[in-house]
Amino acid sequence: MIRQCCRWLAVALWGLFLTETAQAASPIRPTETVRRKVLPEAWFAWLLLTPAMVFIAVIIAWPLVETIRLSFTDADLGGESYVGVANYVDLMESRRFRQTVTTTFYWMFLSVGLKLILGLIGACLLNAAVPGRAVFRMLVMPPWVIPIAIGVIGWLWMYNGYFGLLSGMGQRIGLFDGPYAFLAGRTSAFYSAVVTDVWVGTPMITLFFLAAMQGVNRDLYEAAWVDGAGRWYRFRRITIPQIMPVIVSMALLSAIWTFNSFDIIFILTQGGPRGATTTLIIDTYKVAIGNFKFGEGAARAVVIVVLLATFSALYLFLLNKVNKTYGVK
Amino acid sequence: MMDRYTKLQMVGIYIGIFLFLSFMLLPFVEMFVTSLRPLEHLRTTPYQFWSDKFSFDAYRQMWETVPLLGRYILNSIFIASMVTACTMLLVVPAAYAYARLDFPFKDTSLGLILAINMFSGAVLLIPLYRVLKALGLLNTYWAMIVPGIAFLIPTGIWLLRSYLEKIPRELEEAAYVDGASRMYTLRRVVLPLALPGLLVVGTATFIGAYAQQFLFAITFNQNRELQPLPAGLQEFVGRQQVEWNQMMAAALTGVLPVMLIFFFLQKYLVAGLTAGAVKE
Repeated sequence: MIRQCCRWLAVALWGLFLTETAQAASPIRPTETVRRKVLPEAWFAWLLLTPAMVFIAVIIAWPLVETIRLSFTDADLGGESYVGVANYVDLMESRRFRQTVTTTFYWMFLSVGLKLILGLIGACLLNAAVPGRAVFRMLVMPPWVIPIAIGVIGWLWMYNGYFGLLSGMGQRIGLFDGPYAFLAGRTSAFYSAVVTDVWVGTPMITLFFLAAMQGVNRDLYEAAWVDGAGRWYRFRRITIPQIMPVIVSMALLSAIWTFNSFDIIFILTQGGPRGATTTLIIDTYKVAIGNFKFGEGAARAVVIVVLLATFSALYLFLLNKVNKTYGVK
Repeated sequence: MMDRYTKLQMVGIYIGIFLFLSFMLLPFVEMFVTSLRPLEHLRTTPYQFWSDKFSFDAYRQMWETVPLLGRYILNSIFIASMVTACTMLLVVPAAYAYARLDFPFKDTSLGLILAINMFSGAVLLIPLYRVLKALGLLNTYWAMIVPGIAFLIPTGIWLLRSYLEKIPRELEEAAYVDGASRMYTLRRVVLPLALPGLLVVGTATFIGAYAQQFLFAITFNQNRELQPLPAGLQEFVGRQQVEWNQMMAAALTGVLPVMLIFFFLQKYLVAGLTAGAVKE
């Protein structure tokens, strides 16, 4: 690590020197062949990359390595000592942790699925050539733009059992007999959090799908239309296949973000009631930062990274296979 | 002709759009209405949809209930601005390298940088906590700025790279033929041309930086005076009697800066951000 940094630094300094000399030598005399000293491309590239790379190395790469090391210790506020794989064994044996993993994946698949479906419907609606669509497109964006932590406060209020809008509406139309506290019951708390997560994530997906739909060549639609293809047929056979690459990449990105989603759950329920909304991220945070059990928290963090990396790799692998089978690209 | 809808289809589309936007905007409407209603009206059961006296009192009282509120909003803006400035300093040269230059490990290193998107800050909190502690940055603005930068670099590089790729190469070659050094070409030829792209990426970074403060703030900062708004708002919750109307007023006031920026620049922003989706 350190040696790598030194090498980068050396390249950077040397690069700086070369640029200076190149600049000094720059007035060109037209009569003679000019042999300028120009910084080699690769060196210049690494010179430009060095600041960002060093930053990433210190703030992300090193902590990542350190997380892995800590996961083999029992580090807490008092100190740390090596405990081997004990943390991982504890996790494997813990029924609650297995429950957390299940919850996390259920949370991810459900929420991402809903976001994709809703995003696709939204994009179709906003893509329709109707008056006022420019305004409608703009009105989708607020949940995406504002800080999640602030938007969720609105939901916290709406979910309130006694004074909240949703409980009130439910009572008016006779759905609930009395005040219904959405965040108090295990099931309702979980699905309430899902709804809020879908609310946060849908606008971005909608806009990306919309952009992709607008990028589809109109000739395709016209050709199909001339041949008498209806709207639904054109949607199924032209739109969907054409925007498939965007759907696929948004699905993966959204899955990763949803897996890692912290603010929503933490503000709404803090993982409760009785662990119903505890996903891996929340669990890790509570163990490591809430209870200062750095070692056990680190083991959980490593599990998250491994699960996400495996999931992404598997996803891309299957995708590749599907593409090959159907001859896409 | 192909795009013409029958009356019935039009009605269907409008109803669909209405339902979709209702879901997206309902919390904002409810937040706004709540902020206008007096607290005793909010505290009536069964729920009332309407109050007979609306007022902007909450927008005045909230500054007294949480005296540091103004400070929180300024903190949020300050942190987001610092993060944006630092991120751009790191992203611009890197994005240029990936857009134009050829070098060993180009694809590998870009892939690794983009893989950062896979981590949330929460995974790295423990060592980051210790790094920041060792550097003496805990409970300072920097504790919230430094981690923020790292997680915005990948997207920044990605967005700016696709923008820089669209600038014609000939201009740089012309500068090169005229004897300009590489650095000079970057500074005096490429960057001025890339200004619109820089603005888009800068704004996107600012919005991202404004949005992501909660986690870092509650973890790395115990100093109330430095707290950004998302964390500061929790102060309304912790009180004996939650003043919901003031809390909503404060939340809406706090999102105003980003909303304003966004609505002025939204056309460029959306086009810039979704450029990758259309390119295929």
